[in-house]
Amino acid sequence: MQSEMFLKMEGICKSFPGVRALHNVDFTLRKGEIHALMGENGAGKSTLIKIITGVYQKDAGQIYLEGRPVNPKSPQDAQGMGIGTVFQEIALCPNLTVAENIFIGRSRDRFVHWKQMNAKAAEMLDSLGIPASPTQELASCSIAVQQMIAIARAVDMDCKILILDEPTSSLDEDEVQKLFALMRQLKARGVGIIFITHFLDQVYEISDRITVLRNGELIGEYETSELPQIELISKMMGKALSDVSAIKKHEPQKSADSVPVFEAAGLSSAAGVRPFDFTIHKGEVNGFAGLLGSGRSESVRAIFAADKVTGGEVKVNGRNVKIKSPLDAMKQGIGYLPEDRKGDGIIEELSVRDNIILALQVMKGFFRPLSRKQAEEFADEFIEKLDIKTPSTSTPIKSLSGGNQQKVVLARWLLTQPMYLILDEPTRGIDVGTKVEIQKLVLKLAEAGMSLTFISSEIDEMLRVCSRMIVMKDREIVGELSGMHLTEQDVMHMIAQGGH
Amino acid sequence: MPRLKTRVNNVSNLFLPLSVLVILIIINLIKGADYFKITMVNGAFYGNIPNILFGASELVILSIGMTFVTAASRGQDISIGESGAISSAIFVQYVLSSGNVTLWTILVGFVISCLAGIVIGAFNGTLVSFFNVQPMVATLILFLGGRSIAFIIDGKVSPILANEISNRIGTVIPGVPIHTPIILTVVFIAIVAVILKTTNLRLYVEAVGVNPSAARLNGINPKKVIFLTFVLMGVFSAVAGFIAVNKAGRHDSVNLLKFIMMDAILAVALGGNSLSGGKFSITGSIIGAYTIEVLNRTLLRLEVNPEAIKLFKAVFIIVLMIIASPVVRVYAKKALDKAKGIFSNYSAGQTGGLSNGAVSAADTTGKRGE
Repeated sequence: MQSEMFLKMEGICKSFPGVRALHNVDFTLRKGEIHALMGENGAGKSTLIKIITGVYQKDAGQIYLEGRPVNPKSPQDAQGMGIGTVFQEIALCPNLTVAENIFIGRSRDRFVHWKQMNAKAAEMLDSLGIPASPTQELASCSIAVQQMIAIARAVDMDCKILILDEPTSSLDEDEVQKLFALMRQLKARGVGIIFITHFLDQVYEISDRITVLRNGELIGEYETSELPQIELISKMMGKALSDVSAIKKHEPQKSADSVPVFEAAGLSSAAGVRPFDFTIHKGEVNGFAGLLGSGRSESVRAIFAADKVTGGEVKVNGRNVKIKSPLDAMKQGIGYLPEDRKGDGIIEELSVRDNIILALQVMKGFFRPLSRKQAEEFADEFIEKLDIKTPSTSTPIKSLSGGNQQKVVLARWLLTQPMYLILDEPTRGIDVGTKVEIQKLVLKLAEAGMSLTFISSEIDEMLRVCSRMIVMKDREIVGELSGMHLTEQDVMHMIAQGGH
Repeated sequence: MPRLKTRVNNVSNLFLPLSVLVILIIINLIKGADYFKITMVNGAFYGNIPNILFGASELVILSIGMTFVTAASRGQDISIGESGAISSAIFVQYVLSSGNVTLWTILVGFVISCLAGIVIGAFNGTLVSFFNVQPMVATLILFLGGRSIAFIIDGKVSPILANEISNRIGTVIPGVPIHTPIILTVVFIAIVAVILKTTNLRLYVEAVGVNPSAARLNGINPKKVIFLTFVLMGVFSAVAGFIAVNKAGRHDSVNLLKFIMMDAILAVALGGNSLSGGKFSITGSIIGAYTIEVLNRTLLRLEVNPEAIKLFKAVFIIVLMIIASPVVRVYAKKALDKAKGIFSNYSAGQTGGLSNGAVSAADTTGKRGE
């Protein structure tokens, strides 16, 4: 057994002042297997990975690599042992060529042998089936290909263990498949792969075994084929199954003659969405469904005037209004949680408090700042309401986990008490527990009379909360589905048939 | 407790300028123990400390403006000296043209020069925010051409500003022991503090500096905010030019506030502010500005050859920047932890109070790792 285990970690403990990140955790990795490391944010996945890769030093426990005890002291040290890591954010140089990115900083020669390097890179890209040319600039490759090149770079460093931390979060279905093909190929070569992701379907598609962590402790190690998905979720959350499936949709009481909360006719924006009509009633949750690039986000951005609006009429509560900027939209009681949390949502360096009060503060105006006491009260209120885990209201938001950052952005909009709230991918890259919390919150808000638009790449999630789905394809609305018993098939069908 | 932690963090941001200030003061005390001595001459305070406060007036005002510009636009305004020279030239021309100089004349002249500052700031701001020119390139235009404009306004070399009120503004008002520029600076800082307290300037500027895209989606117009900081910078330059020209008693368009943008940028950096925008500390910049003045005067006091002063300053700044760099900080922290480890072996349980700050710092690092 010992010899079969490529990597074996026993009784790993790691504490930070005031936080016990890992307690007595075991982990094993076989040669040529894909092992999914699962857990919610804060479960200790990252800490475990950082101990394997030498970023942190363990407090207690043993690590064996091919039976020999090892103790990686730094990422370089770990690399020397054959442990390669590819992180979520690609750490390559976009303005260099593909070949340069693979070999940069690793040539022992003082001079670069361009021809040799390009030839070697070509050979490698070919053998791994990566569709890129060595002399191509990295920025011109798709994100998926860039991700693969990052893997190629790690693999070339003679790597025996490859750690992939959320490699698929910015890829579409097609690209994910390409990445998986590469992973399978590496697996066949005997590389042990540790795979971290929030996408459960992907875990089941590619992994051989699953290790679940929760609150820094090992919950168990399972053969993927023997662990049903719903059980995995409950193990990760530490909650009974009934909790997960208890989410019930809310049927809006819509009388035929009621005035829509928001109504748009022929709305179009500079982002290139075709003119579309859209209405939403009080207490309704609807969603824009469609594949990546279908124009879902562009449509809601047009509603919020996040992109320059180029045409169309807008009515709020039956009155004609002009919405030319996000501030106009906010003043009409519209809130918008953007798709790109890091780029458009959070203000990284600023405190949780400032991030929470931002939208309300802007609506109040430049010359009417909230007092420190008021701001503090608002922040405390929502930290409690949404169960945001933060050491204090003054903590910079960037040091919170992704799920908690998203809750802060949600709190920011809830504080403005919008009558219509747009949520674009509110659950992306967030642990299952928080996902469920957000879904429940959406339904609770709708019940209280708020109108919401909910967009997600995961159709089953949308089916759970939306009572009406607007289906998009190629930047155009191709149809609408409503009813309490929508299924994924219905939506798929419409996407497939749409466009005529 | 959270409040206390914030305090500790704020103080640690000011650690660099304060420690430099302390080192410089120690050097000065070694040179002569009478460093803090203040004497009364003709009813006004004189001595090293009053001299420093007096000398740094313009720099303090400009550093505050530079802090806003840096935080919002992620760049620097290098035309502040020239901008001050132009607006003060207009002030001097107004005063000279009005014959009988009263306090009213000076006030109107000051307001007019501030309006000129607004125009100059709007010019720079338009280039930066609406035409997306890099701040340093946009302000290079006035940096190069500004002194010529000031000279043309002057019409001749160095017009003299010989009136009693200007003299009092530049030096002392009889009966008031503190030099007028020091008082003006204090008033100015108070006004800035009131502005920060009664408006959302800080939140808007920081939000735009950290993430303009997110700021925009929360209803802030980043272009307007950046424009506003340049307009403020223009007004602040006019105020600095007003103090400088009254101090000098004449308008020397070539040398007035010459190269002061270098010191202002340095003061911002020294104050713990990132030169690439975002969160800012006005207190840090103010302390930074006074520190630079202390440095200048220390070099003079050490009788460094005037020709060589610039070199000394350069070396000093290099050393400073290396000490303050994250690389050295990490080493220092490790060394400190080790020392603490040894210390706590001898007296376990007694270091709790001392290591609080370090613990809270380590705390956040640990959290981030999650």
